[in-house]
This record gives sequence, C-alpha cells and structure tokens, in this order.
Amino acid sequence: MTINASGWRPEMGDDEAAVAATYTGNRALMLEEALIFEIGDSETTGVDLAAAPAAVARLGGLERNRPIGIPGLSEPEAVRHYTRLSRQNYAIDLGLFPLGSCTMKHNPRLNEKIARMKGFADVHPLAPTQSVQGALAVIHELAHWLVTLTGMKAVAMSPKAGAHGELCGILAIRAALEARGDARSTILVPESAHGTNPATAAFAGYMVENIPATAEGRVNLAALKARLGSDVAGVMITNPNTCGLFEREMKAISDAVHAAGAFVYCDGANFNAIVGRVRPGDLGVDAMHINLHKTFSTPHGGGGPGSGPVVLSEALAPYAPLPFVERHGNEFHLVEEETAGEHHAQSFGRMTAFHGQMGMYTRALAYILSHGADGLRQVAEDAVLNANYILRSLDDVLDAPFGASGPCMHEALFSDAGLAEGFTTLDIAKALIDEGYHPMTMYFPLVVHGAMLVEPTETESKAALDQFIGALRSVSLRAKQGDPGLKTAPHFAPRRRLDETLAARKPVLVWKEPEPAVAAE
Amino acid sequence: MRYLPLTQADRQAMLGVIGARSIDDLFVDVPAEARLAGPIADLPNHASEMAVERHFSALARQNMAAAHHPFFLGCGAYKHHIPASVDHLIQRGEFLTAYTPYQPEIAQGTLQMLFEFQTQVARLYGCDVANASMYDGSTACWEAISMAGRVTKRKKAILSSGLHPHYVSLARTMAKFTGDALDTVAPELSAKTDSDRLLAAIDAETSCVVVQYPDILGRIEDLSAIAAKAHENGALLVAVVTEPVALGAIRSPGEMGADIVVGEGQSIGVGLQFGGPYVGLFACKEKFVRQMPGRLCGETVDTEGKRGFVLTLSTREQHIRREKATSNICTNAGLCALAFSIHMTLLGERGLRDLAALNHAKAAAAAERLVRVPGVELVNESFFNEFTLKLPKEARPVVRALADRKVLGGVSLGRLYPGDPGLENGLVVAVTEVVTPEDVEAFASALEEVLA
Repeated sequence: MTINASGWRPEMGDDEAAVAATYTGNRALMLEEALIFEIGDSETTGVDLAAAPAAVARLGGLERNRPIGIPGLSEPEAVRHYTRLSRQNYAIDLGLFPLGSCTMKHNPRLNEKIARMKGFADVHPLAPTQSVQGALAVIHELAHWLVTLTGMKAVAMSPKAGAHGELCGILAIRAALEARGDARSTILVPESAHGTNPATAAFAGYMVENIPATAEGRVNLAALKARLGSDVAGVMITNPNTCGLFEREMKAISDAVHAAGAFVYCDGANFNAIVGRVRPGDLGVDAMHINLHKTFSTPHGGGGPGSGPVVLSEALAPYAPLPFVERHGNEFHLVEEETAGEHHAQSFGRMTAFHGQMGMYTRALAYILSHGADGLRQVAEDAVLNANYILRSLDDVLDAPFGASGPCMHEALFSDAGLAEGFTTLDIAKALIDEGYHPMTMYFPLVVHGAMLVEPTETESKAALDQFIGALRSVSLRAKQGDPGLKTAPHFAPRRRLDETLAARKPVLVWKEPEPAVAAE
Repeated sequence: MRYLPLTQADRQAMLGVIGARSIDDLFVDVPAEARLAGPIADLPNHASEMAVERHFSALARQNMAAAHHPFFLGCGAYKHHIPASVDHLIQRGEFLTAYTPYQPEIAQGTLQMLFEFQTQVARLYGCDVANASMYDGSTACWEAISMAGRVTKRKKAILSSGLHPHYVSLARTMAKFTGDALDTVAPELSAKTDSDRLLAAIDAETSCVVVQYPDILGRIEDLSAIAAKAHENGALLVAVVTEPVALGAIRSPGEMGADIVVGEGQSIGVGLQFGGPYVGLFACKEKFVRQMPGRLCGETVDTEGKRGFVLTLSTREQHIRREKATSNICTNAGLCALAFSIHMTLLGERGLRDLAALNHAKAAAAAERLVRVPGVELVNESFFNEFTLKLPKEARPVVRALADRKVLGGVSLGRLYPGDPGLENGLVVAVTEVVTPEDVEAFASALEEVLA
C-alpha cells in the first residue's frame, strides 16, 4: 500500500492561486506580524513593579501631564512579537552571507557568554579604578595584541565604529600637522574607497580629491606622486583594496607620502585578509582602524554596535585621543583628562563619553585568544583561499574585471558585463535571495560597472561554498539568457521588491494612528 | 580549530581548482619583505573554550559588579533591572548575526523593529521624528550641535554648564577641527542652574543652546524660556537626556519647545558594560529631517501592495553622498536599539510611569537618609533619581574609601571636573529601582564612618 503523503486529490487541480490566499495572510511558518502600536495598549505591561511609596514629588513642578503614547505588551506577547520579527531576517546563523567588505563571519557563542559575565557586563564606567582592575586589564591586553598584530606603536581604543575610527586617525594626522605649524588642506582618496573615507575627511574639515586607479585595479602611483605637495595632509588607502587586491606598491606609496611630509591612513576594513600574515606597520602605515566587528568577529547585530580601535605609528601616537589604560607594575591606570597633562599633553582630546566599547573588547579578545597566532594566520589563509575558489569557479560565467591581475585577497569582484540586455546586478542579487542567500555587495566599488563584491570569509565549509557557487552560477546563466522571472525576484521572501522611491518621496518615519474613517453620507 | 571548517583535503582540492601550488601563491602580491615568515611572535597558539573562559573568569572576578554591592553610580550610565526576555530575544541569531538591512526583502525583522524604535523614541522625547540610533549619547550630542549649524548656517553653540562634562569634552575636541565656537563653563555646586547666563548669551550669531535635562547634578528645569529666546533669535534648542527613564515622570523636552532632542538610551534595555556599547537616541522636528545624521527607516509597500519597511533618505548618507554627507556615520547601534525597544515594549506606558515613580520615590527617600549623615548637605531643590550631595571634605577619596568598604557610593565631581576647587566636595548619587533600603542604610553608615 502506498501513502499519498501530500493529500492531493484530482479535483483539486494545480491552480496555485486557489491555495494562495489564507485567512491570516500567513503562509505556514512565514508569519505576518503587526506593529506594537497596533497590538499593544498603554495599560498593558510585561513587568511587575512594586508600587511606589508615597513621596513628595521633587520634580521642579514639571510632572508629566500628557500621555506618552507608548504601547506595552505582556511578556508572552512581546516574546512572540520579536520572535516572529526575527524570522523575517537573513543572518549568518542561517547561511553564507557574502557581503563584500563587511566580513560576515561566524560569531562564536563563547564570546557572547564572556561579554555577559557580571564582572564585565555589570560594571559602571565611572566606578573607582580599584574596583575595575579586571576590566582595565582586558582593555590593556586587547590593546597589546592589536598593536602586536599590526606592528604599530600605539592604539586608541575608544572609537565606537569603523567610521569613528577613521575620524580618529584623520584627527590625529591633523593634530600632528598643526603641532608642527603646518596646516594642510587636502586628503587624497582613491576612487575605489569606501564612502566613509571622503565623508570622514570632509567631517574633519579637509577638502577631498580622488586619485585614479590603474587598469589592473590598484592605486596609480605615478598619479599619486604627481599630486603630492605641501597642501596634502594625508592619503587614505584601503589595503587590501575594495577591488579585492593587495596594493603591491604600498611601501612605495607610503615612502612617497612621507617624503611629501604627509601621513598614510589605511582603512582596515579588509584586515581579515592579512591578519597574522602581514603587519601594516611594516608597510609604512601611520594610522589604521580595525573593525572589531569584522576581523575579530563581534556580532553585526543588524547594524551595530561596532568598535573601531585605531593603531598609530610612532609619529602619530602622541596625539591619540583620551582615555588610555596604562599598566604600572601590577596596577592598571585609566588616564582621563585630569592626569593627561603629565605625559599625554599632545592628545587631541576625547572622542566619546567613557572608554569605548567594552562589550566588544571582551568578545574580540576572546576571539584572538581562541584562535591564537596559528589560528589567526589560518583565518587569513582560509579567507583568501575561499575567495579565490569562488573567483575561479565562476569567472567563466561572470566577468571578473581584475581576474587577470592575479589572485584576489579575501573577496572576489565581478561586473555585470555580459548580462542580457536590461538585466542588472540587482536582478542577480534579488534572485539569490530566492536561492536562500543574502546577496553580495552590489554596485560597490564604484570603479566597476554593476559591481558584485563577494566575501565568503573563512568560516564557510567547502560544501557551503560549492552550493553557493552553484546557485550564483545558475542565477548568472539565467541573467545572461534574459529569464524574465529574474526581473520580479524575489518571489519567496517575506516581501517582494519594496518601493524605495515612495519611501523617500513621502517619508513615513514614525507610526501614526490611522485617520478615523469618514462615515458615508 | 573549532571555528574553521575547511579540512586539509578541502584546501588541497580548492588550490587545485584555483591552479595554485600552495597558499603562498595567493599572497604573491604581498612584497616579500612584508610577509611574516611564521605565526606572529609572542601570541600563544589557539586555545580551547575552557581555557579562554577560565582566563576571562579570573579577570571578571577582579571587578566589583553592581549587582553584588550597594550601588549608587549614575552620571550618564544607570543600573536598571532588565527583564530576562530582553537578553534572550536579542540573542536570536536572526537579530544578532544579521547585517545592516540593505536587502529589505530579507531584513523586515530589523526594519520593522527600527520603525517601532523610531516611533518610541520620538514619542518619549516629544518630537516628530527620530532616527535609527547613534553610537551613544555623547556622539549624538555633537551630531546635534553639528546639525544645528547646518540648519542655521551659524557656528556658535552655547552649552549649559549642566551638560555632562564628557559630552562637553567631545564637543570641544570636534569644534577645534570644525571651527565651531563653543560657549561653555563648569557648573556651580548650587541648586540654581546657569539658565540666566544662557538667556543672556543667546544672540543673532547663536546656532543652538544645548541643555541637559535632568542635568549632570540631577537638577530639573523648565526649558520653555530658553526655547522661546532661542527661537526669537533664529537659534535652535538642543535638549540632552542622559536618563530616559526620567521622561516617564517629567515633561518631554519636545513639549517645552526643543528642536532637537538627543540622549543616551542605555538605561532602557542595555547594561552598564563599563561604558559601552550604548545607544544614542536622536529626534527632531519634522522640518529638519533632511539635515538629520544617521540611518532612517521608513514605511513603504512592495510590488504586491503589502506594507514593508526600508532604509530611506540615504541621499544624506556617506555611502551615496561621500564627502557631501551630513555625517560620516555608517554603523549605528542596531542591537542596543533592539534591546531598548524590547524593554520599552515590555514596560509600556504604564510600566514606564510606574518605574519612573519608583525611581523618584526611592531617590527622595535616600536623599532624606543621606542628609542625616553629619556634615552632608543636599545641593538640589529638584531631582528625578539622581542628586548631588555636598560633603564636608573632598569627595574623590571618599568614593575610594567607600569602595574599600564594598560600597559603590556615587560619582565624585572631582573625577569629572579635576582641579575645580568649587566642585571637589560634590558627590553625585543615583538611586534606581534596584536599590534596597538596606543598600541605602549600608551607604549611609559607611559614609558616616569615612567622614568621621
């Protein structure tokens, strides 16, 4: 006897539309979820608080006299609301997340456990330093390994994210130049740079000029040398660069920049490709931020928090921002404003309240100690191996504009050349969503038409890579053949393509009560 | 190595596909003199989970956790009870290990949460709109000053003496480079704020007045007169809130006329964490939205007409505008914003009001007890859950002596304003719902002992 496991009967036909609509709008495990403002109310709460003892209000006569408009949910409702929302997200925990330049690698759960130890998670930043020696030791130890891994002189730990770290580095450069009475006006940035680079330089008061790239995707050294002069404060270089290539002439670039009296800023977003194998300090770099949320695997959390310590050369170290942790014998000191005058008189000041992203330091240090010297070297090697495997497994179906320049580093770059008329990188990206993947970085770097930047990271197995390669191959072939199904992808995600133009033209940024319906005459 | 799935056989097979003999072939573009021959010096080789955990446990034990001691620290970071479900939910892998929602079709969870968060923040602050978060309160404060400069096309900001000194210090750092002028003075150990100075200083050159509410000494003051004077002169009022729980008890800055309201959101959902990561809140009037920094989430529809959410107005942002962006900010504090939003949803309006009432009542009771310690005076006339005591001697060594007695007894103004003799006897004391009457008694008797 056979079993009809699907329950299908001949009279049902196979018309998809007939089964498409459900009463709830849900599709089995794909669950719709309303906004808290639509399901909660101002009297419901998910906490039990003791009644406040009667007290004379000492609020300066400013007692709140209007409702706030914040709905509450009971705990079961809240747990369900956020659990349902979570299921509408793609995440590393679900699959390969090849977002180039973002280093979406596995986030070890040991690091989560450590960050939550009471001695780190439940200590106040202004507690007397005698009561937080272990926390200061963590900062000091992480700082030591960051300096060691990069071959630099010092590290400023407090920047809160990569872009904040860039700002730190550029401010250190400006402070160093001003200290020698040499105000300069311009920062040079390669065309392929991350958008944060020019934005940072402008935020710090500099004019920004582009340096062209060579045909093989690297900084044009001759053009750079020709532009250097007494008005140039520094050069911001990403190495490995955003085309996924190592800047072979990095040392020559640094020497030329230094000869012109300027400084070299290195965007460390791509440090994962070289950690444990190359020390930026050996290449003449003066400042480089390290995204702890990339190379050192602190979780991206749906867009932060990040952490962006900045390693500094001997020339820039005196200008590093406050605060610092210093070790005197067995005791750790926190150098804040009051003691800074003694031996940090040239510091350019404070960049944030308190001391930076402690919760990220614990995780990053746990990551470093777990991998160790041999593991970190293996991280870079496997990250580069995985990217080259993808590059060479797909360069017959996708155009690899710098494929002939040699091996890539930790990310593989493709362009939209050769797709059927009217088919774009966006179509490939959206079709990958249907295949169960987060798409690669699209349309960046700007120097490549319809760029697709694929960064697999080292935490993918060969089987996972092979399946991804198969999926991207299939989707690319469909785009070359002009399969119209691609234009309407994704078909199977919680939402179809969203109207971004509408969102920008008539911004709705907060929920408002719907207008009461007007009664018909 | 437990985080690296490739086997030696995989590596060989993959090198074969690539056409490379060894891994070194893939690093051929790195100049030989920059290649390290072997593993980095000094750093030990890989370690087990057990070994790493043991290392950190030993370090964690050297710190005095707030939960284990009578604890009274505030000044921009507060110890509140966080419901257990908050930390559970933010550890859902789909939240924890997601990226910025650049592909909205598969990021509706994060995007809807951000839309709810923006609405919660806007309403709490009494503003029209809020963004999807900033790094923390201090950086949000500078971004607000910077934004006020863009809106008014002026470069002089007047900072209240009650603004957190770290926030002032950060603004000073930035202003050195941007050329903004900052009018700022240290506070006085007095019940009276410097609002008269602010009112007198506002003129046609002023871009904004920045006032913390409640302020660094815990004082609460009506902002309406400052708002009115600022507006008469074409300037903006920026209000800074470092303790959002207060807004469950007192009027929002938006109601009193603030144009931009920013602050620290740590109190709701995010632990102390020795100072970070925290979450910066940023809200303003609708007419300024295109000058706002940071990410914004907006509502839209998909091709089938279903409601959905996307990141929007990104033409303000660095990845599109490059050197013309409103800010260089890229990452925000997504996971901390989520924690804030979940905790706020669990509280709801009623819970937040009850929590605020409880904080205020406990603080008032603690203030009454502490002023009975001989020589101790209460500086404030008004406060929410934090007030300033004037001790008969320098407070900084007193705090250290209290810590020796296992009491974490507030923040000395000497630490925040080193070298200011007028402030060195000041001690800022925060009292939240986690403080018990026994804690207050322990604090009072230890203080009496130290002052004797």
